[in-house]
Amino acid sequence: MTTQHGRRQLLLIALVAVTLLVTIASIRYGAIDFSIAEISRALASLFPGQPEPTLDQRIFLELRFPRAILCLLVGASLGVGGTLMQALFRNPIVEPGLVGTSSGAAFGSALFFVLGGVLHIGTSLWSLPIAACAGGIISTYLVFLLARSREDGRASIVMLLLTGLAVNALFMSAIGFLSYIARDPQARSITFWSLGTLSGASWKAVEIVALSTVLGSIVAIRYAKQLNALMIGEEEATYLGVNVNRLKWIILSVNVVIVAVATAFTGVISFVGLVVPHILRMLGGADNRFLIVGSALTGATLLTLADLIARLSVRPAELPIGIVTSAVGVPVFIFLLRRRQYVF
Amino acid sequence: MLVGRNITFRVGSKELISDISASFAPGGLHLIVGPNGAGKSTLVKVLARLLRPQTGMVEYEGSDVVHVSEAELAKRRAVLSQAVEIAFPLTVREVVMMGRYPHFSGRPGPTDEQIVDEVMQHFDVTEFKDRYYQSLSGGERQRVNFARVLAQLWSHTTSCRYLFLDEPLTFLDIRHQIDFMKRIRSFTKDTDVVTVGVVHDLNLAARFADQILMLDEGRIVANGPPSEVLTTEKIKQVFGVEPTMIQTEDSNIHLIFN
Repeated sequence: MTTQHGRRQLLLIALVAVTLLVTIASIRYGAIDFSIAEISRALASLFPGQPEPTLDQRIFLELRFPRAILCLLVGASLGVGGTLMQALFRNPIVEPGLVGTSSGAAFGSALFFVLGGVLHIGTSLWSLPIAACAGGIISTYLVFLLARSREDGRASIVMLLLTGLAVNALFMSAIGFLSYIARDPQARSITFWSLGTLSGASWKAVEIVALSTVLGSIVAIRYAKQLNALMIGEEEATYLGVNVNRLKWIILSVNVVIVAVATAFTGVISFVGLVVPHILRMLGGADNRFLIVGSALTGATLLTLADLIARLSVRPAELPIGIVTSAVGVPVFIFLLRRRQYVF
Repeated sequence: MLVGRNITFRVGSKELISDISASFAPGGLHLIVGPNGAGKSTLVKVLARLLRPQTGMVEYEGSDVVHVSEAELAKRRAVLSQAVEIAFPLTVREVVMMGRYPHFSGRPGPTDEQIVDEVMQHFDVTEFKDRYYQSLSGGERQRVNFARVLAQLWSHTTSCRYLFLDEPLTFLDIRHQIDFMKRIRSFTKDTDVVTVGVVHDLNLAARFADQILMLDEGRIVANGPPSEVLTTEKIKQVFGVEPTMIQTEDSNIHLIFN
């Protein structure tokens, strides 16, 4: 393990470096480009005694910078969520988007937008993430309930994927309906946002997503060893001292919370959670301690790159980020399905 | 000492094992035999506390095992199963290290690393240590699993260590079967090890077991040394085939089925 351990540490250090580089690119380029000097002046203006920020500097501080940070956090959440789901189902083609969590969370948030506006409820900081979590829990539960076999109560992977597809379609059409009945400003945000976008980033969003991502990842890392044991089967994990039922509940909850909170602020972004653990497993093996840390970094990097593409390809306008991740993720997904190296 | 008292386990209304009482002393190899559906595997799983019986109890050294936590139990109880499939690429050393999971939190310590190396040496899997488990043959995989299970039970504890065998020989060829039984025997020689297992081949059971427990339809038919349990009448009664007994020169019995 010593050689492998060293290799993994090198990989993680390299990932940190890449994440930093990509983040710098992400805060520099966009509808307007900022030089490093401008960025430092903007950051300096935050300290007392410095000149008031200019308009450009305020754009940087209030739009570009929180967006870059939110992007890192959401990417990390999706990466970790994907790793957790794959570890839990011992299957390399599961991700939060495929089992309904993301579309349910998006529906919860859309409902909040429409009803919240009409009923004048829930303008507190936490209402949106709570609505998203509720939606995510309901849809994920629905998928597992419907996919369960009548004979032995276990969910086969084919059933999970097909049911996930159906439940996703259901919630997406519900979102479509909400956007159809919604008044104009809300409707626009709903459509844009069912494709995924980071354009609504704010420091408030950063705070909440940071909280769920960091706490969720810490819990996930604590249970990494138990998730490793689960790789050799539920019975075997029990023999190794793991309380499998408890583990399942904890991991599912962590996953629903981190993915739903991220989805609440950015909409549905698919395939990041699927692709990220794969890349890492190819590079450094399947140990979940390595995978969880690595998938947070890789998820952050990939989503930031996708966001850069979304912003730069049609500038000064921008694409919904979900379009970019799907365009890249779908071919990878099909490739993985066709390779069939794994046991289903 | 492992004791089962009046164990009954049902699924729905069907009793898989009924009112089984038996004790298993350390230092001996206890094998359970019986036809398909006799409840052998269920009994092993109840004794290993994967399954909890509806009535009766399992005692490890006189105390009811129901009160022990999963994590505590795993330090002194291990199970070698039929075939372990792993969906992700894990190296042989990583799989063997799992056997040490109950003994450390966070990262493995020097003792754990040392035990894993020793166990891998013992099972001749050191040469595969950096290979992926998936790339191994069935016999090699089972050797890795055996190494993992013994890594779990390697160090002496203040109490007995319990090793259960849930049909581990099923997918092995005859050479591996004999090799495995020899290794299990030599591990069981330790005076603090209780070994209880299920084996299908009656001749292997006759050759290696100290005690044989014969089950049929969830009930004990006989329990004792091989020469008392594996008699022509009992085998005919339970398995429905009539064996011919041959006494080998080292006073083992050998069965030939017609």
